[in-house]
Amino acid sequence: MSFLPYVVVVWICLVGLYGIVTSRNLLHTIVCVAVVQSSTYVLLLAIGYRKDFVAPVFIDIPRGTPAVDPVVQALTLTDVVVGGAVTAVLLAVAVQLHKHLGTLDPDELDPLRD
Amino acid sequence: MHSLGAPPRRPGELSFAARRRLFLIGGAGLAGLMLWGLEGLPDYGDFSPLYGQLINDVAVQERSTTAVVTAVNFDYRGFDTLIEEFVLFAASLVLVLLLRRLREEKVGPPAEAERRVHTTSAAVRLTCVALVGPAVLLAIYITTHGHLTPGGGFQGGVIAATALLIVYLGSDYPTMERVGPMTLVATAEAVGAVGFVLIGLGGLIATAEFLENFLPHGTAGELISGGTIPLLSLSVGLEVSGAFVLLLSEFLEQLLEIQPKQGTEP
Repeated sequence: MSFLPYVVVVWICLVGLYGIVTSRNLLHTIVCVAVVQSSTYVLLLAIGYRKDFVAPVFIDIPRGTPAVDPVVQALTLTDVVVGGAVTAVLLAVAVQLHKHLGTLDPDELDPLRD
Repeated sequence: MHSLGAPPRRPGELSFAARRRLFLIGGAGLAGLMLWGLEGLPDYGDFSPLYGQLINDVAVQERSTTAVVTAVNFDYRGFDTLIEEFVLFAASLVLVLLLRRLREEKVGPPAEAERRVHTTSAAVRLTCVALVGPAVLLAIYITTHGHLTPGGGFQGGVIAATALLIVYLGSDYPTMERVGPMTLVATAEAVGAVGFVLIGLGGLIATAEFLENFLPHGTAGELISGGTIPLLSLSVGLEVSGAFVLLLSEFLEQLLEIQPKQGTEP
């Protein structure tokens, strides 16, 4: 059981990659990119977790209470923000592609076709 | 343009089924490699990272901040957060550039005939009016109490942007623009981005170290405590809310304000 979260990480990453490979619509591709990225959230938080430890917030618990790692949680926050930024930019690219080519099918995007 | 079947294949291009088969083989290999690599990590729930434990032990005393994640974000690893903030800033700039009005497009609401505007019902409007105030309050609370309880500028900024989205849901785009004019939104974003750097420079001037926490730290658990941490959190909150409102309104503008050039839209 102690290895299960890491299996979940691999599963989420590969499911997202499968979606990207078989995608027929760029919006679907972008959602799959977000799924791949979310596997890193699970990985970071799984690394920091410790059994029976509390959240690293000492407002109502005595200082020195064993708490889980705050650094990976801060890194996850960075990850989420960057993920949102990436999704927004990709969506904007998809909007312009649809305007120019009238399609969102990645298979129809050919630099040599006009 | 939208063909239901697969588009014609170019020479040398893999068929859809072959591509999937190739991925199933490669994906299985990748899964094996990743599991092999992750197997070397400490067991789930057993890792004792020295750096994290050290920060947990000293942060409350050293920085008078009870939410250690916020202390890590805005103090111990403040430079990372500066970069992170500018990633979001750059993304919103890219979006504005990508979604600018093209030469052949004209601006204006769609003609009355093609307009598919559903007027919002009184129930939706009432719910939205009731929700806007609490959303703004929650955003302010989450942003200003980030150093005491879980929260901070990133979370509060997104909630603030949501408040403006609620205004859009309950009314229409022009109303949303009246409530949050674009100049104000862009100014908030810029002030937030510059504010972070200026506070960092304050540390440089006061202690000769960039982003050093140079203000008095106060007592842990009080609203005014933590030195520069709540100020940095506030400027990030401004930046994030500005950036997210900008993202939302750029996409909404594409849908509602910009008309495609004639004849290309399928």
